[in-house]
Amino acid sequence: MEYFLQNLINALQWGSFYAVISIGYSMVYGVLMLFNFAHGDIFMVGTYIGFGIATLLLALSSAFLPGWMIFILTVVVTMFLASFVGVFVEYVGYRPLRGAPRASAAITGLMIGIIFETGNLIILGAQRFSFPPLMESVSYNIGGVYFTNVKVLIIVASLVMMLALHTFIQKTKWGMAMRAMSYDFLAVPLMGVSINVIAPLTFAIGAGLASVAGILYGQAYPVLDPYMGILLGWKAFVAAILGGRGSIMGAALAGYLLGFIEIFVAMVFPSTFRDLIAYSIILVILTFRPRGFFGMAHSTRLRL
Amino acid sequence: MQLVVENLSVSYGKIKALHGISFSVNQGEIVTIIGANGAGKSTTLRAISRMIPSEPGSKIEFMGESILKYNTDKVVSKLGISHVPEGRMIFGNLTVTENLTLASFARKDSGEVAKDKKWVFDLFPRLDERREQLAETLSGGEQQMLAVGRAYMSGRKIMILDEPSMGLAPLLMLDMFDALKEINALGTTILLVEQNARLALKFAQRGYVLENGRLVLQGPASELLDNPEVKKAYLGA
Repeated sequence: MEYFLQNLINALQWGSFYAVISIGYSMVYGVLMLFNFAHGDIFMVGTYIGFGIATLLLALSSAFLPGWMIFILTVVVTMFLASFVGVFVEYVGYRPLRGAPRASAAITGLMIGIIFETGNLIILGAQRFSFPPLMESVSYNIGGVYFTNVKVLIIVASLVMMLALHTFIQKTKWGMAMRAMSYDFLAVPLMGVSINVIAPLTFAIGAGLASVAGILYGQAYPVLDPYMGILLGWKAFVAAILGGRGSIMGAALAGYLLGFIEIFVAMVFPSTFRDLIAYSIILVILTFRPRGFFGMAHSTRLRL
Repeated sequence: MQLVVENLSVSYGKIKALHGISFSVNQGEIVTIIGANGAGKSTTLRAISRMIPSEPGSKIEFMGESILKYNTDKVVSKLGISHVPEGRMIFGNLTVTENLTLASFARKDSGEVAKDKKWVFDLFPRLDERREQLAETLSGGEQQMLAVGRAYMSGRKIMILDEPSMGLAPLLMLDMFDALKEINALGTTILLVEQNARLALKFAQRGYVLENGRLVLQGPASELLDNPEVKKAYLGA
């Protein structure tokens, strides 16, 4: 039982990364009906930005600012800066391709990803950086289940972000416009709403969320790598498909499900088998639910 | 003249849909363009709201300003041209209220927006009863009301409507045109295209007849109603 609970906490933490990153895929798909294959690398860039801000803040102000404040400042500043990365990707990569075949947009994402990875290598070199811990790790033991304050923070911060996003999408007029885009892309300009506002906003939010996921990831797995976004990005993409294209709630839930499957497969089988078995399970799920969990039944108009 | 269209040509690939049509609409007027299916009616409206590009040499001016430099969203939010599109295109995943709120997205006059929303609900009590319902659960007639209400929220100077009578029961059709009269009475110019020529000509002050992408007849609506050619081709008499 303790063993199970222990893994449950690990799965919640691991699933949080997938959930928060996969939302970025899902939001962009909902609005522009394209999968932004650069998103994994946007996550990587966001993590590096977070690393830079955290290092800077710790060097400048750890003497007079409490740790939690440095953490919050790092999150806010990183989100702000990373959102511009999202806007940049939309503006340079996708906007010129509206109306182009969708395959072109897909490979554009891949190319931007490669540019980010190699750009990072050129600017920062091949040395590996380590994300500084933003808080002292404290371990707790409740009934034989071990967990740290970092794990709790990762899970809680992810849930808070997703709740904030949900509120934004349900309650604000920008969120309304995003939902309207997912229903009928062509009718949105007739409401006086510019797609050139809504599209970059969507990319900005996705990138902002991914960058916070990066900070949290850096607290759990501090080694940074220019290629760290690839596998994580692909897996989050799987979660976005599994959740149902364009469904934000679905992406989040599927992200957690992915985390659970991976962790619990590793609980039973040798860890080298983990992804093989985990993704075979997901393949089977998709065979029976090709639309994913919350795939839209109504036909949306094609765009791009 | 509020809206001046001159030599408007539109092509879909190699197929020419509009062959340089010219017409105009005065401030406060109700004008209709009638024609058969495929004559180019929807194309005309889509060119005005910039949903589709027009060919070089075309001229569309609204209150003396060329609209061709604007994108659709600016045509709506800056110039005040609202377009009730073919097939209504309401947002089914949004509630009735949200559809109306979204239509006022670019407006800064929040006090007026609230008043206008109330006015729309007064005009269409059926929508008022279904405020919090998802728009996709509305009947066809209610969706058409929502599309008109939404257009009223988005731009006020001129409303261009694509077959507002389509798919409506006869009684609802009359209600819809009564509602449009009320909107017009508040100062909104109306340009509508219709296949239901009799209804449109009874409602409008002036009319144009569009055939295969060319305007072939024009005049006061009452004269067109009596015109033998119009009678034969469009009124089934």
